[in-house]
Amino acid sequence: MISFQPSEEQGQIIDMVRRFAADIVRPNARDCEEDKAIPDDLLAKFWELGLIANSIPEDCGGYGFERSAVTGALISEELAYGDLALALAMLSPTLFAYPILEMGTEEQKKKYLPGFCGETFKFATSALMEARVTFDPTDVKAQARREGAEYVLNGEKCLVPFADRADLFLVFAATAPGTGAPGIEGYIVEKGTEGLQVGEREKYMGLNALPLYRVALAECKVPLENRLGGPGGCDFQRILNLSRISWTAMATGVCNATKDYAANYAKERVQFGEPIASRQAIAFMLADMAIETDAMRFLAWKAAWLADRREDCTREAYLAKLYAGEYAARITDNGVQVLGGHGYIREHPVELWFRNGRGIEIIDGLAIV
Amino acid sequence: MIDFELPPALKMVKDFAHGVARDTFRPIARKYDEEEHTTAEEIAFMGPIMAQRSSERRKKPKKDADEPKKPRAETEDRIGAIMSTVVGSEEFSWGDAGLLLAIPGNGLGNAAIAAVATPEQEERFAGKFAAMAITEPGSGSDSGSISTTAVLDGDEWVINGEKIFVTDGKQCDIVVVWATVDKSAGKAGIKSFVVEKDRPGVTVTKLEHKMGIRASDTASIVFEDVRIPKDNILGSPEVKTKTEGFKGVMKTFDNTRPIVGSMALGIARAALEFTKEKLEEEGFQFRYGLNKCRLGAIEREVLVMESELEAMRLLIWRAAWMGDNGRANAMEASMSKAKAGRMGSEITRRCVALLGPMGYSREWLVEKWARDCKINDIYEGTQQIQQLVVARNLLGYSRAQLK
Repeated sequence: MISFQPSEEQGQIIDMVRRFAADIVRPNARDCEEDKAIPDDLLAKFWELGLIANSIPEDCGGYGFERSAVTGALISEELAYGDLALALAMLSPTLFAYPILEMGTEEQKKKYLPGFCGETFKFATSALMEARVTFDPTDVKAQARREGAEYVLNGEKCLVPFADRADLFLVFAATAPGTGAPGIEGYIVEKGTEGLQVGEREKYMGLNALPLYRVALAECKVPLENRLGGPGGCDFQRILNLSRISWTAMATGVCNATKDYAANYAKERVQFGEPIASRQAIAFMLADMAIETDAMRFLAWKAAWLADRREDCTREAYLAKLYAGEYAARITDNGVQVLGGHGYIREHPVELWFRNGRGIEIIDGLAIV
Repeated sequence: MIDFELPPALKMVKDFAHGVARDTFRPIARKYDEEEHTTAEEIAFMGPIMAQRSSERRKKPKKDADEPKKPRAETEDRIGAIMSTVVGSEEFSWGDAGLLLAIPGNGLGNAAIAAVATPEQEERFAGKFAAMAITEPGSGSDSGSISTTAVLDGDEWVINGEKIFVTDGKQCDIVVVWATVDKSAGKAGIKSFVVEKDRPGVTVTKLEHKMGIRASDTASIVFEDVRIPKDNILGSPEVKTKTEGFKGVMKTFDNTRPIVGSMALGIARAALEFTKEKLEEEGFQFRYGLNKCRLGAIEREVLVMESELEAMRLLIWRAAWMGDNGRANAMEASMSKAKAGRMGSEITRRCVALLGPMGYSREWLVEKWARDCKINDIYEGTQQIQQLVVARNLLGYSRAQLK
């Protein structure tokens, strides 16, 4: 049955996250960007919403609601409407928790998931991206080789959120080069493990509020049971798909924020004796922003809906993110354009959204639904 | 509950339409592109099927009215006529959009009658092929400025004026004509009337030679002192001070725009599927998942177009779903048509280029699809009109605030 109506329960979650994004996220976004840091009390306030514990089973300490990629997409969009960097930061514990929840062995779930149901924000992360021009998530250069009762990890990762504070890392590495997604597995590396080296904090065009680090693995040894999913391994393609869905949903949030901000500005900004929104040149840009933002949202929903049905959504998730990357860059660019010179000034958020929006096309991982 | 599964009844519609498109439309698509203004006898069998379907649809509400009304849960969604039509149109258009328009009984006028006619009128005009006559030589996008008149004389309306670009104007049995009953009332004076083609004073004066959708005729019709019964008016004859009457006529567009969008979608899908197939025969690969710098230029172009097709379909489905569930969808209907009209044209044009001289050649249908698809960005409101509708809704602006 075709429907574009979120369930009543999802509606309540949307309302809650939307309020949080308006009251807490957006008002702090600029300061966090300029300070290049997120105060702990913001993360604590997000933690109080209980969104992550919601989807963790009761026997692991959570609230045991059904985990849904569609719900995850709805949350991702609303948070990113507030700010993309803060959304990524607040949801960063899911980078570790959700793959364990979906694909972990019983022991892994029992051992790690209760940590995400506590009172305080749980710093945990994952490491996928690598700093090279031709990086592709299905062709990672980080290697895992088995030696007796251990896996030995080697490689260099970039764009690892909160690597300075994370207790737990999920590191993606290939058992043999060039085998694509099926050859990539996740390895649980605890903080302090020998050979896990947290490097310099990275500097990017945008997303400055989010602490992103280089992480090196030098003969880093983890026990066999630390492989995500145990001997059977994980479904890395699915992790990648869930990540692409999240990015598409977050892109939708950024674009929707841009569209709303630009529309309000255009209605107030008077030139030639009337609001600039009264001119088709501006109004039509806004119309296109609205059309593409909605399309992006539904592409995320469609892929998420397939993922929830446990159907292969590789194609849909990839196309959704391809679309989101392309249009988010265009829409956030137009956001600056509608505001003209004022859009270029850091007093307005559109320049920040332009810089953040540019990352959407490029980054894989770093978010998951 | 967010859901994208076609219910069984819609799957049947889709399969049926696809079968007709593949087995009947495609094989004769080129023939009627070359032989413009020839009626395609091969699709005559569709007439009774369409009539049957619309009569089933007419009977349905009556049956429901007899049954005690069950309270509908908020999450329970209706799949109605619009969704069913957009799903069907995508498939038929995948076969041939011109032939879809030429299916007897499938005219825009039929959609208008279904939307606003009284039960008595529905019975009277059942089984008739109804065209829609809005555009005039001096009134295109500004359909509020039409000058065809309807004057009440005793028990009859007298219609005078000239209509152009009437889709199926030659082939149809009846025409839904937009005319003003009071020019001084502006838009409020515009009403629609059902005019039987065989009334004295109705003359088809011209058949257009078009760039595409040639299987469907496009006619000019002159109405000269044409007398029709008083109750051939659709909706109320009363002229209200505001523009309510006109808004009523305009409301049909909320239902037809997603359908036009689905026609663009069907044609573009045909072109992209065909293009991919031919490129694959030449050794091109299309892989889902690679980083930008590892994709080939053509591979990337095709994948981006695929994502556009998905986006078009979802915007169309959303507008149709809203319409079927009684939600105001003027903005969403325009969004779907703006997107589908524009991207349909773009995709089909790019496909021509991707196949080089073979794409441009009339040996294959790709060049025809590019010609056929363009109209969807024009009729039922041009791209720019759709953007106006979207922008006004988005900004909360009146016509005066955003011209």
